[in-house]
Amino acid sequence: MNRISSSGPSRRLLLTSAAAFFFVGTTLTRARTLVGSLPWEPGTATPPVVVRPGPWVFFTADEAAMVEAAVDRLIPPDNRGPGGKEAGCAVFIDRQLAGPYGRAEGLYTRPPFMPGAATQGYQLPDSPAARYRTGLRALADYIKDHFAGKSFRDLASDDQDTLLKGLESGSIVLKGVKSAEFFALLLANTQEGFFADPIYGGNRDMASWNLIGFPGARYDYRDWVERHNEAYPLPPVSIMGRSDWTVKE
Amino acid sequence: MARKLPAKDVVIIGLGWTGSILAYELAKTGLNVVAIERGPWRDTATDFPPAYAQDELRYAVRLDLFLRPEQQTLTFRNNASQTAMPIRSFSGFLPGNGVGGAGIHWNGQTWRFLPTDFQLRSHLEERYGKDALPADMTIQDWPVSYDELEPYYDRFEKLCGTSGKAGNIRGQKQAGGNPFEGWRSSEYPTPPLKQGLGATLFAEAARKTGHSPFPQPASNLSQAYVNPLGVKLGQCTYCGFCERFGCGNYAKASPQTCVLPALLRFPNFSAQTESEVTKINLDSTGKRATGVTYVDTSGEEWEQPADIVLMCAFSFFNVQLMLLSGIGKPYDPQTGQGVVGRNYAYQTTSSVSVILKDKILNPFIATGAHGMIIDDYNGDNFDHTGLGFVGGGYMGFGQTGARPIQTRPVPKGTPKWGAEWKKATAETYQRACSLATHASSYSYKDCYLDLDPTYKDRFGRPLLRMTFDFHDNELMMSAYLTDRLADIAKAMDPVEITASPRKGPYDSTIYQTTHNTGGTVMGADPATSVLNRYCQSWDVHNVFVPGGASVFPQNHGYNPTDTVGALAYWAADAIRTRYLKNPGPLV
Repeated sequence: MNRISSSGPSRRLLLTSAAAFFFVGTTLTRARTLVGSLPWEPGTATPPVVVRPGPWVFFTADEAAMVEAAVDRLIPPDNRGPGGKEAGCAVFIDRQLAGPYGRAEGLYTRPPFMPGAATQGYQLPDSPAARYRTGLRALADYIKDHFAGKSFRDLASDDQDTLLKGLESGSIVLKGVKSAEFFALLLANTQEGFFADPIYGGNRDMASWNLIGFPGARYDYRDWVERHNEAYPLPPVSIMGRSDWTVKE
Repeated sequence: MARKLPAKDVVIIGLGWTGSILAYELAKTGLNVVAIERGPWRDTATDFPPAYAQDELRYAVRLDLFLRPEQQTLTFRNNASQTAMPIRSFSGFLPGNGVGGAGIHWNGQTWRFLPTDFQLRSHLEERYGKDALPADMTIQDWPVSYDELEPYYDRFEKLCGTSGKAGNIRGQKQAGGNPFEGWRSSEYPTPPLKQGLGATLFAEAARKTGHSPFPQPASNLSQAYVNPLGVKLGQCTYCGFCERFGCGNYAKASPQTCVLPALLRFPNFSAQTESEVTKINLDSTGKRATGVTYVDTSGEEWEQPADIVLMCAFSFFNVQLMLLSGIGKPYDPQTGQGVVGRNYAYQTTSSVSVILKDKILNPFIATGAHGMIIDDYNGDNFDHTGLGFVGGGYMGFGQTGARPIQTRPVPKGTPKWGAEWKKATAETYQRACSLATHASSYSYKDCYLDLDPTYKDRFGRPLLRMTFDFHDNELMMSAYLTDRLADIAKAMDPVEITASPRKGPYDSTIYQTTHNTGGTVMGADPATSVLNRYCQSWDVHNVFVPGGASVFPQNHGYNPTDTVGALAYWAADAIRTRYLKNPGPLV
């Protein structure tokens, strides 16, 4: 007999109800006692939930326009394939910021907050979502002041690149925001979105995996490990499959 | 006020590798055993099934299976002149969380320490003289020898079904294995994994330059295997999602795939999950533990009385709990007196990235313990005379996959973004690989763990504070080893190589390994150790730390898990055959 007692609603029930948009941290779960056998229950897994196209969840329309323009310079479209915008990097960042990552969920956020050495890591109270909000606002203000009231998306590509390089090196000083740190966050999230499984809204049609030759979620290469110097023959596959596996109407 | 539960014979704190091995060994004798685990229950079908286990963002970047800093973290500083800051998000090392612990997301690299590692100080002083060691280096001999531990290494490897090729069976050298390893009583339980092109090219270059390459010992299994507990493991599929991931194929050894199915059948064993032990309780003499206090997720406090307390948490948290419970004398770095928190050590790694011409390496085809390795520069396998340092490590091709958020090599001088970056990323992915050194980290007077004066955990207890930096000995060693590795890389006919020896200061934001050792060191002398040779507290005889890496007196040039598992069996035998008959100090 499977004797499982629980001091509250079962973990799995909680997870299935709470995992509406994103996978959920362990903090919502409940203590329990396990005796007698492995406590497996059907239908209790926590698969990721697919990001669907649709309205922005975190970004305002202006913020989204700025981020879409920026990710398309960080990863420009070319004859090898789509850029960051078409690949969905801004959608990815939007959904991430609206979820547990954006809220810095699970991190140690107790005070006091003091400046530390670089070797001691990030020491500010601001979550990623808060950093985007203030960073994008400061950048928009900077551009307005220096480019006759324009916004990032209105600038020529060369000017956009010059701006991004200035942020990267820290030579552009934004009000109340460390520009190099903000740029590093934007670049890291853009590349996460470009290379992550398409299930999270970026890497649309596995653009980046086609670009570099990564087969994605194949999970079994026993027949190919000793086929040295031979290109792997199958196209990439996502956790949610491939669009050409779906019957077209 | 804590509610008191019925007494158990044994309470185990943490249900990872050591906790599950001890639980099995003691439940087998009929004792009533309860394991209290901070994190959740985890199993393959529910938490990392092959339908979505291969999710780099979720597991490797957002760290879904790892300890969350809000549950527990520590503070860090490079030296005593700095104020320690809390590690607010883990990145430099990644402690596990939940049933299985770090045994779920480890790579499966399964190494024994060298026989001379166990007599480190006396061996080095004998060979190079007493003056050869820096005055502030606090390395010491282990209280057990390799020969004593060999049967227990063998047991742990048979539990895991480890794949590999022996280099030394009872003193007879074996072709194709590691010629430097200590003797083995038997061949590995399963044959070596198959190798890809990158590892094969490295091995050719290593042979050409006079070295002895061999396949990395791996607990990602080359074939299906039934272990001595009757649990069946599957065959590794070289999926490339091992490090930081759970295995959806039941092919990586873990408490889940090796112990728990057998353990949970004992009616005299139970596990209490999502419950954190906040204190080990002592009687009025302070020389005997009466059990533990833990808090469940509703904030309810429980007292679990027990005759034996086994500390099986990850190394840091054994040290923290011992300090908070007042067991053993805390270490004082000023005087060098005291022992709890002393001899914290780590690992010294470095890399050489290699870009080849016109090759298809398929770098995504990998396991966590894949590749070809040389051990010529580990421990004291080479003459250190005139080199100015002691210690060493293994090196080779051991790439654990090429998951593209975290692995995207580009040539030197490539911008970090833009058109040129995109082109270089596309053109380099298939023909680049990373070689690595994995070397020792010896212990020093000023590298230690104590309680932080400022920052508290969610229960209001002081966080553990780490004070650690690399010393010249380790940095010189890393420079030397990385040069040797670069020499081999040059023999691979590369277009470009980039050698990155380890440089100071130690940076808690850059991942190296989760091989954090020391703090509850085992030894022969209570003045320089917390535990005796059976992993038993010198001060409180019914408290054991049976084999976690916190018992290591220093860290050697290998991954710790095989030694952790061997020590767990070693301690379990001492408890079963000696302590139960006559509870009291075993030494």
